[in-house]
Amino acid sequence: MAITTRGFGGRRAPAEKPLPPGQFLTEDFPVLSAGPTPNVDEAHWQFSVHTESGEVRRWDWAALMAMPVEDVTTDIHCVTRWSRFDTQWRGVSVDAFFEDVESEAEFVMVHSYGGYTTNLPLEDLLDGKAWITFEHGGEPLAPLHGGPVRLIVPHLYFWKSAKWVRGFVMQEHEEPGFWEQNGYHLYGDPWLEQRYA
Amino acid sequence: MALDGNALAGPLAGIYAFDVTTARARCAHCGVVARLARALVFASAMGIVARCRACEEVLLTVVERPDGTSVSARGLAWLRP
Amino acid sequence: MTWLVAEVTEIVEVTASARAITLRVPGFRGALAGQHVDLRLTADDGYQAVRSYSLADTALDDVVELAVDRVDDGEVSPYLVDVLEVGDQMEVRGPLGGFFVWRPENVEPVQLIAGGSGIVPLAAMVRARRRAASTAPFRLTYSVRSVADAFFAEELSASAGVDTTWVYTREPPPGHARPAGRLAPADLASTFGPSQDPAVFVCGPTGFVEAAAALLLDAGHDAARIRTERFGGA
Repeated sequence: MAITTRGFGGRRAPAEKPLPPGQFLTEDFPVLSAGPTPNVDEAHWQFSVHTESGEVRRWDWAALMAMPVEDVTTDIHCVTRWSRFDTQWRGVSVDAFFEDVESEAEFVMVHSYGGYTTNLPLEDLLDGKAWITFEHGGEPLAPLHGGPVRLIVPHLYFWKSAKWVRGFVMQEHEEPGFWEQNGYHLYGDPWLEQRYA
Repeated sequence: MALDGNALAGPLAGIYAFDVTTARARCAHCGVVARLARALVFASAMGIVARCRACEEVLLTVVERPDGTSVSARGLAWLRP
Repeated sequence: MTWLVAEVTEIVEVTASARAITLRVPGFRGALAGQHVDLRLTADDGYQAVRSYSLADTALDDVVELAVDRVDDGEVSPYLVDVLEVGDQMEVRGPLGGFFVWRPENVEPVQLIAGGSGIVPLAAMVRARRRAASTAPFRLTYSVRSVADAFFAEELSASAGVDTTWVYTREPPPGHARPAGRLAPADLASTFGPSQDPAVFVCGPTGFVEAAAALLLDAGHDAARIRTERFGGA
């Protein structure tokens, strides 16, 4: 057991409702990056879904704006032990993107501008559990926080909520994404404290 | 924010038998050879990602887990003290 | 490498936002000028944070001397600058890094370029040079916002054999010839040029280091002779 440092508490606040095990509440929005922040402007942004049959569906910024927009208020939990309550996002439910996609595959590899990847079961992206977002706290999503467009999957640890999202590749078998290849849990449920594989 | 490869010294002390920051490494993606101290390093509480300063592809990833340190070096063609 | 228990033995104010912190670390084996350590802080409830800090001096084997500047939205530096007291404990791992170091047996000219608290490992080199009675020619260009933001100003200016040039980015002192502004090509006039083939050490925030390294390369310095240490906040 490590020694403790008197008076050190990090920047943490008392929580007014239950937190997942081992989590601490913060008012900040720490930035975790595995690489340089990609510069993607709205005019060049594209999102695509690639199915196991080779079919590709694409959306550009105008197509995204034409989809049904939702406002989402949700708690988020980072595997590095910070949680934030009531974060506000504006975006499109992932369900809307799958309305005209034919796929039997059960898994998704999420790809981002800059090369980041993360894996998810498809069912964790559907039924109102995940959004493709472009606003946070009433402001356009800043590049540092994943702008112009970020995936939000709030019921899993926040590394699954890929910044700078550019597409989904449907997979019949689950393959690990970037952090999952490096020892983090394949699924990452914060309430079950699935931090490491 | 990007740091230098100097930041790899602590997490990798005790993993390699030599100081990795002065070691030379060849990028498996673009072939550039450089000391790891010159890599582009992104450090967060999740882990450390060292990228080639020439092509920005991942050289090395280090995750300090409670049960020990996990290193992925698949972006290195070789590493030499 | 194991984490060693460290106890704070002395705290001295360096600027309004920075402190020199001395730790006694039994088992620490001495360090080279330019090296850093990792600090690990653990809260009562088990929450931990790890940060790297450069050594400000390397005089004693089981003593770690740091100088920490407060990053206002950081998690660790505000604690170290505002809360930490003599007698408090933390953990230390190091010394670390063999690349950004100066060894007393080196006789070649040395060019130091610091931005803000990036002076810390370079001050360790100046101190190591003095302690070793080295005659290696040293020049230091130190960029700070104003006189009040400079670390170790008197000591650096009074170091025999070390020519110090000050760059004030916001507020130069009265009578200072150079106008306020960021490090610029003209500032290289007071540094060792490429023909003198100096070992160059640049330390500071990422943006400062990138800018300084670009100026040096444009002036014809060999990239292999320039060693950098970038730091982020926190």
